[in-house]
Formats: sequence, structure tokens, C-alpha cells
Amino acid sequence: MRKLFPYLLLSFTAIIFLARLVYLQIFEDKYSDISEKQSAKAIYDYPQRGYIFDRNGVLLAGNQPSYDVMLVPGDLEPFDTLAFAELLNIEKDQLLKKIRQAKHYSWRKPSVVTAQLTKSEYASLQENMYKFKGFYIQKRSLRDYQMDIGANFLGYIAEVNNRDINRDPYYQSGELIGRQGVEQYYEEELRGVRGVKYIQRDKFNNELQSYKNGQSDTLPEKGKDLSLTIDANLQAYGKKLMKDKRGGIVALEPKTGEILALISEPTYPPSYLVGRKRSRNFTKLWYDTITRPLYNRALQAQYPPGSPFKVLTGLIALQEGVVNTNTSINCYGGYRYGRGKILGCHAHSNPIRMISGIAHSCNAYFSSLYLKTIDKYETPQEGMDNWNKHVESFGLGKYLGYDLPVGRKGFIPDADYYNRAYKYPTYKWYSSATISNGIGQGEVLTTPIQLANMTAAIANRGWYVRPHILKAVNGNPIQDTTYTRKQFTTIDKKHFDPIIQGMHEVYKYGTAKWVQVPDIEIGGKTGTAENKKVIDGKVIQLEDHSICVAFAPIDDPKIAIAVFIEHGYWGSRYAARIASLMIEKYIKGKITRTDLEDWLLENSPKEKYEKIDFMVKNDSILENLNFNE
Amino acid sequence: MSKDRTIFKIDWISVVIFFALVFFGWLSIYSTTFEDPNQSILNLSTLYGKQLLWILLSMVIILFVLSIESKFYERFSSVIYILSLLSLLGLLFFGKTINGQTAWYSFGSFSIQPAEFAKAAVALAIAKYLSELNVDLKKLKYQFSTLLIILLPIGLILLQPDAGSALVFFSFFIAIYREGLPGFYIWFGLLAIILFALVLLIGSTITAIVTACIVIGVMFFLKKQKKKVFPVFIVSILSIGFILSVNFIYTNILKPHQKERFEVLVNLEENKRGSGYNLYQSIVAIGSGGLTGKGFLEGYSKQGGFVPEQHTDYIFTSIAEEWGFIGSSIVIFLFIAFLLRILFLAERQKKPFSRIYGYGVFGIFFIHFFINLGMVLGLVPTIGIPLPLFSYGGSGLWGFTILVFIFLKLDADRQKLGS
Repeated sequence: MRKLFPYLLLSFTAIIFLARLVYLQIFEDKYSDISEKQSAKAIYDYPQRGYIFDRNGVLLAGNQPSYDVMLVPGDLEPFDTLAFAELLNIEKDQLLKKIRQAKHYSWRKPSVVTAQLTKSEYASLQENMYKFKGFYIQKRSLRDYQMDIGANFLGYIAEVNNRDINRDPYYQSGELIGRQGVEQYYEEELRGVRGVKYIQRDKFNNELQSYKNGQSDTLPEKGKDLSLTIDANLQAYGKKLMKDKRGGIVALEPKTGEILALISEPTYPPSYLVGRKRSRNFTKLWYDTITRPLYNRALQAQYPPGSPFKVLTGLIALQEGVVNTNTSINCYGGYRYGRGKILGCHAHSNPIRMISGIAHSCNAYFSSLYLKTIDKYETPQEGMDNWNKHVESFGLGKYLGYDLPVGRKGFIPDADYYNRAYKYPTYKWYSSATISNGIGQGEVLTTPIQLANMTAAIANRGWYVRPHILKAVNGNPIQDTTYTRKQFTTIDKKHFDPIIQGMHEVYKYGTAKWVQVPDIEIGGKTGTAENKKVIDGKVIQLEDHSICVAFAPIDDPKIAIAVFIEHGYWGSRYAARIASLMIEKYIKGKITRTDLEDWLLENSPKEKYEKIDFMVKNDSILENLNFNE
Repeated sequence: MSKDRTIFKIDWISVVIFFALVFFGWLSIYSTTFEDPNQSILNLSTLYGKQLLWILLSMVIILFVLSIESKFYERFSSVIYILSLLSLLGLLFFGKTINGQTAWYSFGSFSIQPAEFAKAAVALAIAKYLSELNVDLKKLKYQFSTLLIILLPIGLILLQPDAGSALVFFSFFIAIYREGLPGFYIWFGLLAIILFALVLLIGSTITAIVTACIVIGVMFFLKKQKKKVFPVFIVSILSIGFILSVNFIYTNILKPHQKERFEVLVNLEENKRGSGYNLYQSIVAIGSGGLTGKGFLEGYSKQGGFVPEQHTDYIFTSIAEEWGFIGSSIVIFLFIAFLLRILFLAERQKKPFSRIYGYGVFGIFFIHFFINLGMVLGLVPTIGIPLPLFSYGGSGLWGFTILVFIFLKLDADRQKLGS
């Protein structure tokens, strides 16, 4: 035993040591990562964000350099917090809070302390940075807007939040991401890929040399330049005409579904959300619950479309064969239904047929067509679902699928909806209960872009291409069939001609005859949409919205447009005027009727807005509800 | 006798392994202290240059050690021991304090650490005393005198204070046990260490229960075999008592920095930025070496200076990081081979003095190897003692050289001594 003892000690030691080495060096992998992480620091090289151009190559969004102060908490050393806070131009408490947050986020990964310094702030800070270990300055690029248009479809860029980081591990604290509009929808194309250079460092964070001879380094890839379908001139002109008005304009190229203009007013200049003032300004916009500048009325506003919807009623009736273009219907100044209820009508000759029905926007005529369409089937349920299918084939009642991140489905009722509403089969319902649908009132809801798309489908005589805003990436036209394939409606081509003729006659002698454009054959339809608001617990009928849809030229449509002006009263008062000028601007490139233009610049439903805003502001109940909208 | 005969008879296997260790040691020092590739390896402003000088000078020491008559070591062992004690005592008056330890005599830019040389001196003294014919280790009197030979230098070294170097002297118990010290001293010592570790790892209650279960089992077994149960019972009572007092020792006797060393072992991840930083970085550097390592001079834990004291106590981390599992296991095998060779040589001595001295060499070498690597690998609490022949330092290298080559001289002359 005495001789054996040292051998026992030795073999025990050898086994323990070798086993421990096998465990540490061969089985356990984490130490390599830890060693690499602590001895390599990543230096990021952010590429320029892609430029955004309009369809004619006009630059909408470029770039400008910006500087962020970053912090890696693991490298912090005690420093003069007060002096540094002064350099950064922030409060000391705020600086300490930022440091706490950074530590909470990660010891090794950089966090932003102050974002988006100006060039002069950067210059004075740069000289002093060496005193503050753990902090460094990261160069990034910010948006630089050339024109004061398009905030509603361009979107803006902001720092990533924790949700973004959790969703996509590409992002690190302090990096920028597109929000809203094209910036959000085409984030991956625009941002490019950041480059990274690993530098080996020692425990004092001094840089030693390129890590592993740069074999894991990557070069930045520049973001892709996007060309939008937007026509900057038309967009700017539309914005000008919308002076002091609230509402939206959507102009499409019918053949391609390209969005020529997408205007929502009130809005804000895109440069408002750039740089350090972004978050303060954003808060201001967010809490402006009266004019709601962040609300994209062209995409998100849902209203009963009113009279423009009558052309669909006509098309469906023709397709279902319940009338032909010569069927005449008596209108005694309105349509009577139920017990003494009446749908009023405009003054016109009597009886009336399809084409003049459209031109005069006869309520009785289209109500009757609607009933015939529904009642063609044995049950109102079947008739309703059939009607719904026709309407939805125009892109109404569902998401259009355009390439922008916000939107609304609108609403087109079907049999289910009325079954639920009337508690079928306990109670029965009949077509006459849904009669307002026929003239675009009642349950039907559409957004301006849906109306524009519907107009494009009529202009094309039976098909549309999904509206979209991206035309080309790095100069190469988009290939995605989502935005090139024709979507056919359920209406045969032949039924469109009489309807289009009716829409043309709207401009000849109908509601829009005062806004004809010389030498351009326009087809269109004006409308008014009733709207109500609950104020002080009471439903109040407010001034109608002014609506107009139009396309031109009728034989070879180049533009289809939907205009809607909140509380603009008659369709012909604001919407038709604007539509007319937009069409002229786009097709001719210049405006001949400057008096019309001047009228629009001088007139607006401003007093109406003030009155309504005043009521809303003083509404005790709404105040509590409005935040959720 | 002529020198030639000694050189022919010297155990060349030991010499080869010894110089292999010295060579790898120097490479590691070069790797950890190298900064500028254009410097000559003999540049004395660099640590590796200095170490190379110490290695060259150690050759002179080897020739000197081998040239002395082997009888001299036996005859003058007491004198050497007393001189060594005096050199340790002198530190208290003339020593130079570095990092809070008064462990060096300083001659200009050159310092010497007498504790390193005391190891050989004590080994000689123990060998001399135990080889006296009348010394019987079964008797308490002789046990006490032997212990005194060890405790004197330990006491002086603790005054520096250098607990690590002092601990090393307990390795002579391996030699003393070989020469007849009753086994229970060793077993009790080992039992106490195991119980202490268990209490720290799994708590006193569970340890006590486990111990009680084992004791009851053993007693039951002995009873069946009709053997005496009483001694086991005594041991178990003592063990349980010890287990229950560990907490007291731990909280009341150990100093905070000593406690930390245990806490770090148990909970490294939690302490990796504070008291556990050194060990954590050591483990990271070793673990990141993988199977084949990052290549000579390529370790980035090393390059970044993340591991502290890397050219001295933590030198093994640079081997493990740069040469991987292959390199580190080769180094471990070299040490084991060297220790086995020393054991083999010790057992073949005819003269008890040579044998006991050989065991002393084994013990000193082994305890350095065990504690240093155990510490670096996170198995043993942090105790600052160098890895023999690897860690930077002239005194350490010369101390081990003298220790080993006196033994090789004794071995070469064993026929002569035995006759």
C-alpha cells in the first residue's frame, strides 16, 4: 500500500485532468464563442438606404449623413457624467437612464445613447470621445426629402424597437427601419445589407488587428433604388388643389394598375419626421385627433360611396339580364317602398332609361334595378350572395392587395350579414329592406382607392390590375405577377359600353357638365355620401361628403381617379372640380381653366370643419373614446 | 570518481523529459510575453529572453550539482537545511516586498526567492532524518520531530506571507508515509479534504446523512464478517463532528478572500466578472482551444491579455488555447511520465537516504503539478503556485533544477553509495 499510494495519486490526477480537458475542450462548445465574442468587436458599415424616385425619375427621397452616439456597457469605465451629458446636450439623469437601459439590453451589444446628431454637434463631440470609454460614434444615413409631397405613401424611418429586434434578428438596437408606406413595405430592398468588420481587441478594448485576417468580414451592400408609379407633378398638383380641404385623391393608370397619385389631406411634410425631432413631432401628429394627419384617408377612410356605386348596380342588372338598356322605368320624383317610405330623386325627365339614368343619377331607376337583380332569385339570400359576388369582383369589400402597409376592407353585405341582422330564420327579410345598397348608401362601405380601382375596371371594360406603387427596382420593371396579371370582373365586356356612355353623358349634360375638359372625353360620376357622427350621445347628421370618380379618355383610358372631400356637400362642388383638373393636368400637362383652379384654391369647406371640430372638441363622451380609433 | 562516470550513469530518460518540459515551458513563455516579432529571442528586456538566460545558467548549475560528491548532500544536509532556514528568516529583515509578499532578495534588477531553494533543502533534511537507523515513525516522538522539520520552513514562509509555497511542504507526507508513518494520518487527512469539499458542494446536512448511511452499511458488513466495529464507529463520530464544524470553520475562520476562492469554484458563471474573473478567463481560454488549438502565438484570449498572470501561474492556459487538447494532454503526459520515472528511480535506490529524497522530489513536483493544473482547470481553489519548469521565473527554475539533479546525481552514484 505504501508503495502503491503515489501511483494511485498519479493515476487519479491524470484521469481527472484529462477528463476535465475532454469536457472543456472537446464537448463544451460555448467557450469558443465566448472567447471569440470577448476578443472580437464588430464595426458596422451601414450602406446608404436606397433612393426613391417617381415614375419619371424625379427624386423623392435621398439621403443625408447622421451620427449616433453608441454605448457598449461592457467597456464602460468611470467618467465625468455631467461633462458628457453637456456634450451630448441632454440631462444627466437622462444619460444615466440611457446607460441603465443599455446595460439591461446587453453588455456586449451596442445601444444608442443619443441618436442623429447634427454635423456641428458631431464635430465638437468627436474631439472629446476618447475620454469616454465604451462610447463611440456610429455614422448612419438619414432621409433627405427633395419635395414636400408623399408623406402618406413614403412613410418614414425610425429606430428599431424591441419588437422589431425580436421579430427579425438582423436588427440591433439603434438601427433604422422603415415605418409606414414604401419605407416599411420595401424595407428589405431599401436598407441593403450592412457590412461588418471584426477587429480583435484586448481586455482594455484596444484594437489589436483584423480578427482572423478578416475572413468573417463582409462588405456592405447598397440598398436598392426604387422607382414608384407616382407622378410627382400630379401628386404635387393634387396636394395644391386640396388646400384647406380634408379628404383623399387616388389616381390610377387603368391599364397597369399603377398608382399615379395618392393624396391624403391634411398631411405633414415628410421632412417633419427626420432626425432628432422625429419622435417629438410624431407625438404631435399622433395626438392630433381632430385633423388626424397620420390617417391615410386615401387608403383607410371608409364611406358609403353614394351615386358612383349606381354604375355597378347598372352593370350587374345588365349582366343578370333583368333589364336592357332600353328598359324604361317611371320615376315620380322618388322611389316609394314599404309603408310610405320614399327615396328622393333629382329633377329629370320621365320615364328614364339606363344611360340617362346614370347621367341624372336617378335613385328610383337604380333602386328598381337593384330589386329586380335580387328578386331574380327564389330567395333574397341567393339574390344577395349573387349580387355580393359581382360587387366583390370589382375589388370592393376586401383588401385590394396593393403594396402599402395600411388599408381597409370596406364592406359589401351578403346574405349572412342580413340573416344575422334580422335574426333569420326567426324573422324574414326581403330585398326591399336592403334597397339603399342599390344607390351606394346603407351598409355599403368603400375606400377611395377601392373606388378608383372600380373606376379603372369600368374604364378597362371588365378587368383591373391590382393597384400598386412600385414600378421598378434599380431600374428593372417589377416582374411580380401579383401586380401585372389582369383581374377580371364577373361582368361581360359588352355591358360596359352603355354604362360608360352614361358616365360620359354625366359630363355632357349631367351633374358634371360644368367641369368638362376641352378636347378630353371624360366618363365619370359624382356622388354625395351621407355621414353621421355621435356627438354628446346623439347621432347627428353632418354635411355630406363630396365624391367623384372619373376616367379619361373614355376610348383609351390613361387615368382613373377617385376624389373624396369630407363634408364637401355635392359631388360636383369640390370632388368633380378636382377630378377634372387632375385629369387635365395629367393628360395635357397644363391647365387651361385657371379660373377653376383659382376657385379651388380660394374655396374650401373650412367653416364646416371648424364647426364640426368645435363640436367634437367639446364632446364630453367622445373625448374618452377617440384614442382607440 | 571522475565526472565521466557520472554522466554515463545518469538517468538519461529523466534528463530528456526534464528538458522537454523546459523547452515547452520556454515556448509558452515566449508565446505569452512576445510582442514584437523583430526582437531577438535573447533580448534581455523581454521576459522570454530573460527566461532563456535562466535556462542557460541552469545548465551551469546542473554541471555544478553533478560535479559535487554525492556523499556531500547526505553529510551536509543539516547544514544546508539550517542555511535555508536562515535565508528564509533573513527575508524578514532584508527582503524585498513585491505584491505584498516579502519573498525576494533583490540584487539590482535581479531577485532571488529563497523559498524555491528551501524545497530541496527540506527534502535533504527529511531524507537525512528518516534514514537515521533509530528513527521509528510509529512513535509519536519521531513523528513530532519529523513534523517539526517541515513546520519550521512552513512557519517562516507563512510570515512572508506565501500560503501557496507553504502548502507545498505538506507533500513530504508522501515520503514520510512511504517510510512508515501510520496510515491513518494520511487517510484522515484525505477524508477531511473530501468531507470539506462535499459540504461546500452539497451542504452539511446531506453530507452528514450520506456519511451516516455509508458508516451504517460498513458496520453492518463488518459485523457479518465478525470484525471489530468500534474503530469505524469512532471514525464516523469524528466525521460527523467535522462535517458539522465545516460551516463554522468556513464562516468564522476563513477570510473573505479565501471563502471567495471556494465560492468561485461552485458558482463560476455568477462570479465571472468579479472574484471569478481570473478563473473564468482561464476556463474560457482553455475551452476555446478545442481539439487542435488556435495555433502557436494565435490565441486571442492570450493576445487580448484576458487571462491574468499568464506567463506565471496561468501559463497552462496558453498551451491549452494554442495547442488544444492534443498539446495540453501531451504536456500532462510528459509530467506524468516524469513523475513515474522519479518514482521508479526512487524505488531502485539501495540507500534509504536516496530513496526518501527521491520521494521528496516526487512529492514536491507532484503537488505543484496537481495544484497548479487543478486551479487552472477549475478543480482546486485558487492557490498561487507555479507550474514547475513552465512558469516564468529564475528562482523556480533553478530550485527545481537543483532538486531534481541532486536526485539524479544520487541515482547515478547509487552503486557506490550502496556499497
